[in-house]
Amino acid sequence: MTSNSKKWDALKAAFPRTIPVMIAYGSLGMIFGVLMNVAGFNFLYPTIMSLTIVGGSLQFLAVSLLQASFAPAQIVLMTLLLQARHLFYGISMLEKYKGTGWKKPYLIYVLTDETFSITCSAGIPEGIDKGWFYFFTSLLDHAYWVIASLIGGLLGSLLTFNTEGLDFAMTAMFVVIFLEQLMKEKKHYTAAIGLISSLVCLIIFGTDVFLIPTMICMLILLTIFRKPIERSGDFNDNEFE
Amino acid sequence: MIMSLSEKIITIAIMAGVTMAVRFLPFIVFSSSRPTPKFIQYLGKALAPALFAMLVVYCLRNSNPLVGNHGLPEYIAVAVTIAVHLWRKQLLLSLAAGTACYMLLLQFVF
Repeated sequence: MTSNSKKWDALKAAFPRTIPVMIAYGSLGMIFGVLMNVAGFNFLYPTIMSLTIVGGSLQFLAVSLLQASFAPAQIVLMTLLLQARHLFYGISMLEKYKGTGWKKPYLIYVLTDETFSITCSAGIPEGIDKGWFYFFTSLLDHAYWVIASLIGGLLGSLLTFNTEGLDFAMTAMFVVIFLEQLMKEKKHYTAAIGLISSLVCLIIFGTDVFLIPTMICMLILLTIFRKPIERSGDFNDNEFE
Repeated sequence: MIMSLSEKIITIAIMAGVTMAVRFLPFIVFSSSRPTPKFIQYLGKALAPALFAMLVVYCLRNSNPLVGNHGLPEYIAVAVTIAVHLWRKQLLLSLAAGTACYMLLLQFVF
């Protein structure tokens, strides 16, 4: 009984926080499914891809890659280029995902941009089990993505309602989380480092490949300015709890 | 040159496998049985605000304000999202306002 109520409480705490992701994944997942359908793939493709890859931008790229000729080395490189940012999400979640037991491999497996933004920024409510809270957040997000892709893949071009622009929910979510992060800090050293690195690299390297130079830049700057950043007091042990 | 079924399956498997490897790597290198090095702990915390800044730029990467009116709806909607959030501090309300504003701009104005 107590174990069940612990799960139920965690689910109730997690669900409202995943609503923005439900909107964003709901629309993006359906668009992905429709694109695959229109490109001539049956619904199993988008469903299995969403289940196993769990990565929005890569899957959208895959729609065109799957219609080109077979190029395994290129696929490895493209995937690395697009997914390298997950290394940093992992480093950010090392401490938080500690002690989550058998749930941990699943939490890591489905750690997307969106799930990261919830589990990294959300404080765990009083009395809620951390492991189950992270688990349900991840599971719900994963489920939205898979179900939306399945529906899109089944309905295909029959889907005619105008969802153009609905995917902005995701951009808005990142904007709000970034804003909250800014309001929480006294100094904004690392936010500034992130913003400047991304903008400069975007201008220099262009939209397709700027992520990896950005990450290298951030790493170098965070290393150089470690002393002043630590002294700013924005990253005390309980900062993100 | 259309891929055969097995080539398609291999392509999808590579994408899933490489993504999975990237996601698991930090957790394997810094296993929870040993204490995480101080520098990595510092990075873990200090990276978060920088990563959110990067994600915002990433989402807006195709909206160059210097090229035509292409970025305008995005920037107006971002401004609305920020304004509503500073006003009410309700995540869902800010999201709904920003997204509705963007959809209206895209479908009726631009």
